[in-house]
Amino acid sequence: MMENLFEYSFVVRSLLGALFASITAGLAGTYIVSKRLVFLSGGVTHASFGGIGLGYYLGMNPVVGAAVFGLGSALGMEYMSARGKMREDSAIGILWALGMAVGIIFIYLTPGYAPNLMSYLFGSILTVTDGDLIALGIISVVLIIYTALFYRTLLYISFDENYARTFTRHVDLFRYISVGLTGLAIVLNIRMAGVIMIIALLTIPANIVMLFTRRYLRIIVLSTVVSFVGISAGFAISWFTNLPTGATIVAVLVLFWLVARAIRSLQKSSNIDKLKKTTI
Amino acid sequence: MSILFTIDSVTAGYEEKIVLRDVTMAVEENDFIGIIGPNGGGKTTLLKVILGLLQPLSGRVDYSPGNLKMNQIGYMPQVAQGDTLFPVTVEDVVLSGMMHNKGAMGRMSRSEKKRAAEVMDELGLTPMAHQALNELSGGQLQRVYLARAVSGSPRLLLLDEPATFVDSSFEADFYEKLRMLNGRMTIMMVSHDVGTISAWVKSFVCVSEKVFYHPHSKITQEDLRMYGCPIQLVTHGDVPHVVLHKHE
Repeated sequence: MMENLFEYSFVVRSLLGALFASITAGLAGTYIVSKRLVFLSGGVTHASFGGIGLGYYLGMNPVVGAAVFGLGSALGMEYMSARGKMREDSAIGILWALGMAVGIIFIYLTPGYAPNLMSYLFGSILTVTDGDLIALGIISVVLIIYTALFYRTLLYISFDENYARTFTRHVDLFRYISVGLTGLAIVLNIRMAGVIMIIALLTIPANIVMLFTRRYLRIIVLSTVVSFVGISAGFAISWFTNLPTGATIVAVLVLFWLVARAIRSLQKSSNIDKLKKTTI
Repeated sequence: MSILFTIDSVTAGYEEKIVLRDVTMAVEENDFIGIIGPNGGGKTTLLKVILGLLQPLSGRVDYSPGNLKMNQIGYMPQVAQGDTLFPVTVEDVVLSGMMHNKGAMGRMSRSEKKRAAEVMDELGLTPMAHQALNELSGGQLQRVYLARAVSGSPRLLLLDEPATFVDSSFEADFYEKLRMLNGRMTIMMVSHDVGTISAWVKSFVCVSEKVFYHPHSKITQEDLRMYGCPIQLVTHGDVPHVVLHKHE
């Protein structure tokens, strides 16, 4: 009886986690992929590992440390690149390595038992707490409301910032809010997806959908659906096979992506055949 | 002819570098002005001052003579600024030209979508309305950005080097469209290609830190020298060539 209850709550927890992760992947992922911020997102994720280490060292919730580091690095990168006074990719590379180094040093310095480093690097639904789920739920709702309220403004600022300045004075404000929320969304997914795997969640679903449509809103909605299916399938497979969750999800998503590409190229070649027939 | 707006003793620039110095001019309604001048002479800066994107260090733009409102200015920045791989459709881009009239939470109404459809029809973009930008040719892309600039029914249209990245075979068609639009709006267009645009514009402005207004579409090297406008006239096709002289 107890075992059933545990399994039941585990399934609910997993599905809820999958849902929230999918919403953040759909909204933040579409933004990241459209604006070509994938590498920057990788930097932010790895930088936040420094916050995880610091959190451990100070004996507080590591996710709080990660959130501070993630938010700080996302806003800092945005500020530096807006001023255009540095090589952005180099700065991301430095931040990336520095975050990991700081995290590892602090975890090494923490007395007592060595925390489960692997679960942060590769992610695990087993370590997700109620607090993590609530935080992920809140950021999902905030992202939905933010995008729904300011949809057109956000779309046009992302597409052509210089033109957007002709109709709104708040381009910079919106950019910082978008990047900040994206940074938080990334960091709050770490516990489940893992520092190393998170980039897949943010890039693959949006890329799959973009093979078939170029409408921004559709990409958001459909990549949320694709993420949910991929994550749930990953959970199920890792549950039954005992494989690490994060890695399984990435493998499933990449498989989806390969299938989608194959379908797309078949569609294209059949279109060309049709064209050939009509012209003959 | 009535005055649409005036630029009164405007000095403008960036971080200690003055680009425009004590510029004064009046722009008449329904003029079609070609803005010419050397690189770095302040052509784009002049447009930005008129758009309100750059505050002058001194002087001001007075929109009151023609009662011109800021949301009645259409703008086509140098092409290739937007990312053509960005997932956005032609219709979405054209609709963005109507954001001037709404706040950050603005949505597109049915009448605005209808208006976008009219503009796309006028500029021959209807068949591509739902296509992505990377599926378009250079000439089509140029018309998309023009459609964005005019979808808000502006009274003043500012164009910054609209023909830079376009095959020259599309150019005449594009300028023909501009001539049609000039029937209902004033146009100011930055260009390097004095020879080509002299067939389409009504007057010239030469910008080289100072601004000189030339009230005809015929402009000679002699005029340019008089204005202190260090550019070379290069002409194409049927227009007689001008022999160039080196000048201080």
